[in-house]
Amino acid sequence: MSEAAAAGSAPTHAGVGPGTVAKYVFVDSPELTAADLALRAYEIAPAVQIKETCFGLVIAGAEAEVDRLVAEIRKFDPDRIFVKDRGFPPGDERRCRANLGGARPGFYGHENEMRLVRYVSSGLRALRDPKKADLLRAKPKREEEPLSPERLSAIIEES
Amino acid sequence: MAKVFIYPGTSLILSDLVSRFGHRPLGSALAVRERVQTPGLDSPPLQITPEDPKKGLRYAAVEVPSGVRGRMSLYGPQIEEADAGIIVRDADLAFGCMGCARTNELVRFLLRRREIPLLELDYPHSDEEGIRFVAAIKEFLSGLPGGVPA
Repeated sequence: MSEAAAAGSAPTHAGVGPGTVAKYVFVDSPELTAADLALRAYEIAPAVQIKETCFGLVIAGAEAEVDRLVAEIRKFDPDRIFVKDRGFPPGDERRCRANLGGARPGFYGHENEMRLVRYVSSGLRALRDPKKADLLRAKPKREEEPLSPERLSAIIEES
Repeated sequence: MAKVFIYPGTSLILSDLVSRFGHRPLGSALAVRERVQTPGLDSPPLQITPEDPKKGLRYAAVEVPSGVRGRMSLYGPQIEEADAGIIVRDADLAFGCMGCARTNELVRFLLRRREIPLLELDYPHSDEEGIRFVAAIKEFLSGLPGGVPA
């Protein structure tokens, strides 16, 4: 047990106090990198702790400030920015891979889901066209769906 | 704003969609944060104290592996608190040891037994499935108290 904890004083890690929250921000956009996002995030909320990572950001701070920052950065690419709560603050030695070696606990789960978020992005885009969304929801599910020429052309244009 | 329990509890996609559509996702991160932020405890890596497996006894018997009881001490109170739930059936990322596997079964069972509004679906593996996935979640969340109309 650490000295601070043994003494019953404040937590030993920065940004861990009650009322603070930490969140992951994942960006999967061809038009926005994690570095761009970090710069813009600093401009929007200087009081929030922001850590740039390979997948996006880890942000921590007062709940109202973090929520405001999330609402603002979502606007940069609403369909391709994904946000999730995090239990530990950024750089916590119990989770940070710099201290543990190997991948951070939880990395493989995020890696797995990041392969699927492109389909969720398509779903979010389709929400703006309710007729298409309704039509597809009613359509029976097929096991193998070939890549359509329209989708191939959209992928080429995006890259 | 309704409290929606997400399974798997660590899911990025479900957590994002639930908060995007105006509700509060209940998952592992919130339970872990509660323990990390509690001052006076320092029992790494998860601040699990001897009190937690006792809380878990409410959901799993004493002969059940202690890992299940420890995990249930995080998830159990959230399931009781939840107004609704979303379950992804084919969640490979929820795979783990026997403690994880039994906890996952128990979490799904408890969610169904509570008889709260529950949405069960599979992860999308194509654009069309993605559209169906997001549309189904939006429609489900719109029907909950405080939801944005679809």
